[in-house]
Amino acid sequence: MNNIIEPTSEKHQSSQVVNDNPFYDPTLIKRHNKAKRFKFFTIASIVFAICFLVFFLGDMVVKGLPAFQQTYVQIDVTYNKKTIVSTRKAIDKKYRRIVSRAWLRNIPKLVEASPELINTTRKTWVLANHQIDQYMKGHYYKIKDKQLKLIQQMEQQATIKLKFNSLFFTHGDSKTPENSGMLSATIGSILTLIVTMLTAFPLGVMTAVYLEEFAEDNRWTQLIEVNINNLAAIPSILFGLLGLAVFINLLGMPRSSPLVGGLTLALMTLPIIIVSSRAALRSVPDSIRQAGYGLGLTKIQVVQDHVLPLAFPGIMTGSIIGMAQAMGETAPLIIIGMIAFIPDSPSSIFEAATVMPAQIFTWAGMPERAYIERTAAGIMILLSVLISLNTLAIILRKKLEVKW
Amino acid sequence: MTKNMDYPSNDITGQKPLNNSLLNNKIMVQGLNLYYGDNQALKTIDIDVYENKITALIGPSGCGKSTFLRCLNRMNDLISSVRVEGTVIIDGKNIYDKDVDEVSVRKRVGMVFQQPNPFPKSIYDNVSYAPLKHGMVKKGHKCDDLVEKSLLQAGLWNEVKDKLAQPGTSLSGGQQQRLCIARTIAVQPDVILMDEPTSALDPISTEKIETLMLELKEKYTIVIVTHNMQQAGRVADHTAFFHMGELIEYADTETIFINPGRKKTEDYITGRYG
Ligand SMILES: Nc1ncnc2c1ncn2[C@@H]1O[C@H](COP(=O)(O)OP(=O)(O)OP(=O)(O)O)[C@@H](O)[C@H]1O
Ligand SMILES: [Mg+2]
Repeated sequence: MNNIIEPTSEKHQSSQVVNDNPFYDPTLIKRHNKAKRFKFFTIASIVFAICFLVFFLGDMVVKGLPAFQQTYVQIDVTYNKKTIVSTRKAIDKKYRRIVSRAWLRNIPKLVEASPELINTTRKTWVLANHQIDQYMKGHYYKIKDKQLKLIQQMEQQATIKLKFNSLFFTHGDSKTPENSGMLSATIGSILTLIVTMLTAFPLGVMTAVYLEEFAEDNRWTQLIEVNINNLAAIPSILFGLLGLAVFINLLGMPRSSPLVGGLTLALMTLPIIIVSSRAALRSVPDSIRQAGYGLGLTKIQVVQDHVLPLAFPGIMTGSIIGMAQAMGETAPLIIIGMIAFIPDSPSSIFEAATVMPAQIFTWAGMPERAYIERTAAGIMILLSVLISLNTLAIILRKKLEVKW
Repeated sequence: MTKNMDYPSNDITGQKPLNNSLLNNKIMVQGLNLYYGDNQALKTIDIDVYENKITALIGPSGCGKSTFLRCLNRMNDLISSVRVEGTVIIDGKNIYDKDVDEVSVRKRVGMVFQQPNPFPKSIYDNVSYAPLKHGMVKKGHKCDDLVEKSLLQAGLWNEVKDKLAQPGTSLSGGQQQRLCIARTIAVQPDVILMDEPTSALDPISTEKIETLMLELKEKYTIVIVTHNMQQAGRVADHTAFFHMGELIEYADTETIFINPGRKKTEDYITGRYG
């Protein structure tokens, strides 16, 4: 016993002797150190997260940026009746292996668009094929010596160069990498999201308003509540199966269409919107409702004019988070067939379409090297769309926020 | 009904304000019982509230004053567990009758709350919103006039006439409470219920609102819950003392404070309660 008591009493005494500061507390150093250590770990985790993010984004940009440029060669192209039928003959034999076949296939359309081309030979910047393109971008590619020499010769004459890749934004998917772009997937995504928004937003907000403002707290509403919360935790691929079973097989809606995709994503987004809208409604102080009822207003007047405007910023936030999630979703859309090869942009919600993440997924699985940079570039576009969506949401929210 | 044995059992009616013949019954509450689920919060309340008078409800915390007040405009209907028995007759009609819509009751019996709770809208909209919804006025001159009149009555007009478009929440607490009163007046009710309207306010704002109440009673019947004995003494014509969900005593304010008929009342008023 003595052994235990003595050291502490000694310490206490010595501290009193050395230090007559009445605020002196010997345990404080330890406690402060603990706080410092804790702070260090929190900062370390933030730094770690930021590093990860920077690495991820940096990698994406480095990989994806080359996709925004494409190799073109300047060669003579002959337009006449013969070359329209067999387009390979439009160019000199030695260029046949460096020019994109997709470009050659397009010659009849070119002539149709501008008939004055017929029976002429013109120097034209022609899309090179993806092997040459990759070589020009510094990637190793097996190219025959003959072509290699030709390219070096053309480089000296400046008849081969990298140009801005506008095709990437104006073309749909293609089996030839140099000819493929994001346009059809982007339009598909937009159409799909419009369907999602138009269904999930009103349904979700209405449900939330009912549950929060009108429903009595009984077994039924509790059951509904539990189910909605569970719904939010269901793996998204199951929603794809549900969409397949209900919308396509049962209701006979067109497969692969933005309509079905949008409705399927709406199912997935609905619980998120409901849960966040309810939270927003619940955060509106009850005194506002009391004030309304105290003036002899009806329930709908109170909810519509006083509660909803206050809850609206919160509802918006939740809905936009839901939309952003829907936008990045792939799995359920694969099930309903939106992963199909879609070279042409859909012009309505009933046509077959693909969406951006599905397009990225498709490209990621392609063997040609040129698709790697396209995959990264696709991710960059998807990310920037998401970021601008969120920015828009923040601006909207700031504008709509009721000051009080 | 449990009675205090020291006093005659019939003394609630015995202590009724004397000049009964000069007073008009505005509200007659008869045998009012109220239950929150199984918990009885009001026990057989009988009380008459007189027109153009201020009636104060006093009593220890949790005795059911707010609950009783909310019975007078059926605000308790909003709480799903509440069950009400008995009658509350206002202007000869029991407001708990089946053919009475509680929304129209609340239009005639307005309410001001403990915490000022203006809508997050402009000062103008705060006052004009309900009259517009009730179809009492249309947008335009009439509405402007009504807003001005209400704010004037609430003694707020001079302070806000230049900033009607500003949010009601930008006002001070006392001003907000007067805005809430203006908002209530704008609906032109007969009765105004106030649940501790000054408990969140400073003495100066409190005095303003007390003065306001004395002015308002010329046109309205006012029922006020207060924890402030002095306030009850200053403004109320009649005072009712509640205890554990029972109405212990109801009389002229003077009688209650100077010569209470019951021991519990005296204990509470002299601060010997609890
Ligand atoms: N919403 C409610 N649900 C269940 N019980 C309630 C509810 N509101 C009040 N009560 C109960 O009813 C009783 C009376 O409450 P009330 O609010 O009327 O008291 P009060 O006299 O206004 O008190 P205070 O002076 O503190 O405001 C209390 O016992 C309280 O617990
Ligand atoms: Mg109360």
